[in-house]
Parts: sequence; structure tokens; C-alpha cells
Amino acid sequence: MIIDNNQLLRFTTAGSVDDGKSTLIGRLLFDSKSIFEDQLESVSNTSAKKGHDGVDLALFTDGLKDEREQGITIDVAYRYFTTPKRKFIIADTPGHIQYTRNMVTGASTANAAVILIDARHGVIEQTKRHSFIASLLNIPHLIVCINKMDLVDFSEEVYNGIVTQFEEFSSKLLMKDVRFIPISALLGDNVVNRSKNTNWYQDGTLLSTLETLHISSDINKIDARFPVQTVLRPQSEENRDYRGYAGRVASGIYRVGDEVAVLPSGFQSKIKSINAGEQEVQEAYAPMSISMTLEDDIDVSRGDMIVRKNNQPEMEQEFDVMLCWLANDAAKPRAKYTIVHTSHEERAIIKEVVYKMDINTFERDSENSNLSMNDIGRVKIRTTRRMMLDAYRDNRNTGSIILIDESTNETVAAGMVV
Amino acid sequence: MSKYYLNYLDELESEAIYILREVWAQFENPVILFSGGKDSILVTHLAKKAFYPSKIPFALMHVDTGHNFPETIQFRDDLVEKLGVKLIVGSVQESINNGRVAEEKGKNATRNALQITTLLDAIESNKVDCAIGGGRRDEEKARAKERFFSHRDDFGQWDPKNQRPELWNLLNGKHFEGEHFRAFPISNWTEMDVWNYIKRENISIPSLYFAHEREVVFRNNSWIPVSEYLKLEEGENVENKKIRFRTLGDITITGGIESDADTLGKIVQEVSAMRKTERGDRSDDKRSETAMEDRKKQGYF
Ligand SMILES: Nc1nc2c(ncn2[C@@H]2O[C@H](COP(=O)(O)OP(=O)(O)O)[C@@H](O)[C@H]2O)c(=O)[nH]1
Ligand SMILES: [Mg+2]
Repeated sequence: MIIDNNQLLRFTTAGSVDDGKSTLIGRLLFDSKSIFEDQLESVSNTSAKKGHDGVDLALFTDGLKDEREQGITIDVAYRYFTTPKRKFIIADTPGHIQYTRNMVTGASTANAAVILIDARHGVIEQTKRHSFIASLLNIPHLIVCINKMDLVDFSEEVYNGIVTQFEEFSSKLLMKDVRFIPISALLGDNVVNRSKNTNWYQDGTLLSTLETLHISSDINKIDARFPVQTVLRPQSEENRDYRGYAGRVASGIYRVGDEVAVLPSGFQSKIKSINAGEQEVQEAYAPMSISMTLEDDIDVSRGDMIVRKNNQPEMEQEFDVMLCWLANDAAKPRAKYTIVHTSHEERAIIKEVVYKMDINTFERDSENSNLSMNDIGRVKIRTTRRMMLDAYRDNRNTGSIILIDESTNETVAAGMVV
Repeated sequence: MSKYYLNYLDELESEAIYILREVWAQFENPVILFSGGKDSILVTHLAKKAFYPSKIPFALMHVDTGHNFPETIQFRDDLVEKLGVKLIVGSVQESINNGRVAEEKGKNATRNALQITTLLDAIESNKVDCAIGGGRRDEEKARAKERFFSHRDDFGQWDPKNQRPELWNLLNGKHFEGEHFRAFPISNWTEMDVWNYIKRENISIPSLYFAHEREVVFRNNSWIPVSEYLKLEEGENVENKKIRFRTLGDITITGGIESDADTLGKIVQEVSAMRKTERGDRSDDKRSETAMEDRKKQGYF
């Protein structure tokens, strides 16, 4: 298999319970020959024990004891498969409203979201919620699979009706790239193999769509942002004066000789060298992990950000974020949290809940200022010192934050800078 | 297409290096759990890249069951010497001698589960707050649920249904006294990715992974190596076979496969044609549907 230049595509699946998510993933794995014999054997045994005839494809994905017993997905599970064109990482997230936080988690790093709709039911509240989250998390590509087409006689009319329904409500959401595919996860139509039952459908199967999505421009290549993770100071004799700033390029491109500024101090210098591992390179771009040295001996530490002199993020102490609440205990107004943004940490308070989103109707409720688990709302945050922020719409890596409760150390919220 | 994108191996490498650097930045006393198998060798290789030109800032911690392949121990000692890092050994034999654990009895007895106590004791006595492992989500269904930064309570236990959400690349390693973390930098790698990368980087691995002649007996559908610990059962014959190992665990339970793959290139080809998972030959995972989940909850690797 020639795979040297193959890219990695991460996608998440969403759909309400029983729409066929697990079956679809099982089908993708099975038809792309990514299932091993012993896995098949174990799933066949379990299928037989449960009295299914044939192999229940859904069993390939549910992992924990409780999930297999109850036949539901509780936590995000990751699955992997490779085709001659790409490597794929699937974040299989549970669909139910009480697991919104898991869907947000799976969506946060995804290049694409696959949303399932049961052809018999069309667009339902869950579909709207999942699409809203995909758009809120700025997932670059959305693939809407109209599933169980076998149960509606592969009807073009039913399919078109659902597409229209979807387009109507989703016009309110910001989404760049939306595609629709009629499938049967159970029978395999248009998943990996083209269906003979949908001659009226001309576009690609789900797999060929995933294989060809243009993802190179999913990462912002314009605004150079380099959050410093740690400073490398070797103890050896020959490297006595070496100070390498290690981190992962969050966005943009850096070249040796670039004039840069170190934030928040604002000191300026030039890039002297860039290393990727042991190897010296002339340029580096997102998402490479590198280390760089600067011409001048200035004070740089973890949490600082090295940017281009003439392209800098906003430096703010008070700002708005769309916040998804992840914890059992509701958000406490004016309580102190640790805010984490790239490699930078400060203390923060939620000054105000501007409005809460009804994630089924997309309506804003500015009367209700109570954010509890799985709620999403716009809040004002104030931090002890300035943060170096970009809008999430422009930059997923430098526009995202989490809040940590200092009394429990739990991650309680995920936020997107507005 | 623009040239500014990474291929999948570079992206996995970059992600792993990012996680290793986060471990270094967020914890006081992290170690790499080093078994001598390819995954922990890979993690060590990635750590070398992450901190170059500094030395790897982590000690290697080996939980020694006493039932090793001699080749593994030799490899471990050579690597530690070459890298100039500290080696911490937790000994299962000592845990048995001290009465911390009791040896399993019967014909399928292994020291696999006993490692948990030794591991947790070593973590505690060395005040380790983060143990970096080579676990991969594709290995086993319970592992598919692991986070990059995985919290362990003060009994060293994992609570899979109550894990911290992990969003974007923001890793939360905050913990209280007595608790620790496990970090899994190669979570997103598959067995195939590991082999492709080992080949690309020409990483040296124990000779056991390459096809070689060895005395073995056929048991539980795989070739178990003859060693001082192996008790022959009725009807079992010692044979001389050309085999290699896909994973390395205890010599008592790690089964080999018949193979002619004696170079990295041939191994990559062989693995890509395999129709069985690599853990399919390990009797520790065959005990029950949830064998791995049960052990992991208690604190296993
Ligand atoms: N007829 C038909 N049934 C399907 C299809 N996809 C899934 N199902 C069935 O729908 C039920 C729920 O599927 P499952 O994959 O567990 O849904 P999940 O809850 O979204 O993971 C199972 O009984 C599947 O066999 C399909 O395309 N056609
Ligand atoms: Mg499911």
C-alpha cells in the first residue's frame, strides 16, 4: 500500500438513538476490510447470544461493559481505518441530549461530521441540535446521510423531501460545505459500494466522499500563531547557550529569518533556527511540533505566544465566548475557574450569562442565566491577565478555551471565542 | 494541493510530541512505562525527538514480572545506557516475596494481573504523578475509550464512565496529592501505523520481532516459546519453528506466529495482510469479553 502522502481525516458521527450510527460505522469498517477475524468472531458470538440472525454490525463499536449490555453508546469511542487513500479516525459519539458534551468533545477536533437521519422520520429535533453543534464547533465539512433508505423503497421523493427540510432550517446556521447521501447502513447501499437501488443519485458514496474531501485548507494558514509549550535548555557542554522554544504550530507558517514578536511582552526578534526533532528545517507550519530559537536573548516561557510582527491576535482581559457546560454542577456566577487557552493559563470568572441558547430551536433566551450540564450559552469572561485570542471562527486552535473548577480539578466547560 | 499539509504519520508524530511536551510541562515527576515492546520503544523514540537537543527528561519504569524474554531485558539495558536516562524497576517477584500479591495457581496461571499491584506500588513509592504508556485505542475495546490524559484516583483506579472530557488539544492534568495520571501519546496510532513508522525511522527493536528459529509448543492456537517456566502438558511436543512475535509480553503467555519476515519491510507487508488483531494471540485478553476493561479499572497499563 502506497500511503506516504496520505492525509489523516478525523470525523465524528451524530444521529439520534437508533438512527443507525453504530451500524454505519460497523459497515464502513467491514466493507473497507478493516475488521479482523478475531473481532468478527467475537461479534458473531455475541450476536448469536443476543439472538440476532447474522452479524450485528453495531457491536463493533460499543466498548464498555455497560454499553454492550445496554446496547447504547455512553462515551466517545474512537475507531480507526485506513484505505489506500487516507487514514481515518472516527469519534463515535452518543446521540442523546444528555450526552451533548460528548458530541461537543468529538466535534472539537473533527474535519467532518456525518449526521444521520432516519429516512422514515426526516429531520427531527435531534438533527437540528446535532447540526447546530457541528456549526458551532465550526466543523469544516458536513455530510448528511439519509439512512434506512431500504425502508422507504429507496424513494427519490422521500430523499428530496428530507434534503429540502434540512436546507430550510440549516440556512440559519453557518456551514460552508454540506453534502447529502442516501444510504442503507444495514445493507451497505452507498456506504462503501455504490447502490443499484438509487440510480437517481449521481454523487459519491460515503467512503469516496470522505476520501476526497479537501481538508488541507481546514487549518488557518494565514495567521501565524506559535504557543510556547516548554523551553528546551540542554545541560550539555556544547549546547550551553541553547534556548529552544518548543511547541506545536497552531496556525500559519514560520520561516527562518521571520520577524516575530513574543506575546504578551511584545519583545521583537527574528527566528534563528527551526527544528523538527533532530532535523533542522527552513519552515514550519500547522500542525507541526517544532522548536525554534531566536536571534535575541529574550525572556520567553510557557504560555507565551510567538507571532509575526505585523499579524497579532487580540489581547483581551474581558471577552465573550459561546460556552458549553460539561459538568454536573451548574455554572456559578462570579466563581473562580482556571481558564486554559493554548498553553496559557489564568484565573477567570464568568461575569455574566448574556443569553442561553435553546439548542433545538436556536432561540436565544436572555432571561435565563442558568447554565447547567449540556447547556450552551454566550457568556462574558473576565481573566486576571490579558489573553491572546482569535475568534474561533477564524482559528479553532487559538479561539478555544476550557474552564477547570479549582475545587475539583474537573474540566467543567468548553468555550469558543466570539 | 498546497504543500503545507502533513501526511498521516507526520501528523501522528506531531500529536504525540505535543502530548509528551504537555506531560513534561504539567507534571512534576513523569516516567515512561517501558515494557521493551515496540509501543514503549516508539514512545521513547518520540520523547527523544520532543526534547532534542536535551536528553529525555523522564525515567523509564519497567514492571518486571520475572518471566521475561532475556532479549527484552538486554534491549532495555542497552537503550537506557545509550539514552543516559534513569531506569526504575518494579519487581513482581519482590511483591510476591513481600506478600503484597499471591502467585496464581493452576495451568493457566500468569503474572499478568499481579503487575497491577507492583505498578501501583512503584508509582507510589517513586512519587510518580504521570506514567506515560504506549497504549493504543485500536488495541482493545476498553482502550478505545481512553483519553490522552487519563485520571487515576488515589487508589490508582480508572473510572471509564466518569472521565474528563478532552476538547481540542487542551489537556487537563490537574490532580490532587496521591492521585496520578496516565498519558497515552500514541492513542491514535494503529498497529500498522506503528510498523510503518518504525520502518520509516529505522527504529531498532528487539530481535524477537523478526523471524527466527525457536523451540516452541503449540498451545491456544499459537506457538508458545519453550522456557524454564513452561510446563509441558500431555500431548504437547516441542518443535523447532521459524516464528516471530507480534507483541511482547511475558514469555509464558506470548504466542508467536510462523513467519519468514526477517526485515522491517517484510514485517510491514506481513502485518498489512494479517487477518487477526495483534492481541488475538495473548491469553491474558482471552479470559473474558471484558478482561481488559476489568484490569484497566484496577490500574493496569
Ligand atoms: N432497515 C434498516 N435498518 C437499519 C439501518 N441502519 C440501522 N438499522 C437498524 O436500526 C437499529 C439501530 O441501529 P444502531 O446502529 O444501533 O443505531 P445507533 O443507536 O444510532 O447506534 C438496529 O436494529 C439496526 O439494525 C438501515 O439502513 N436499514
Ligand atoms: Mg450506537
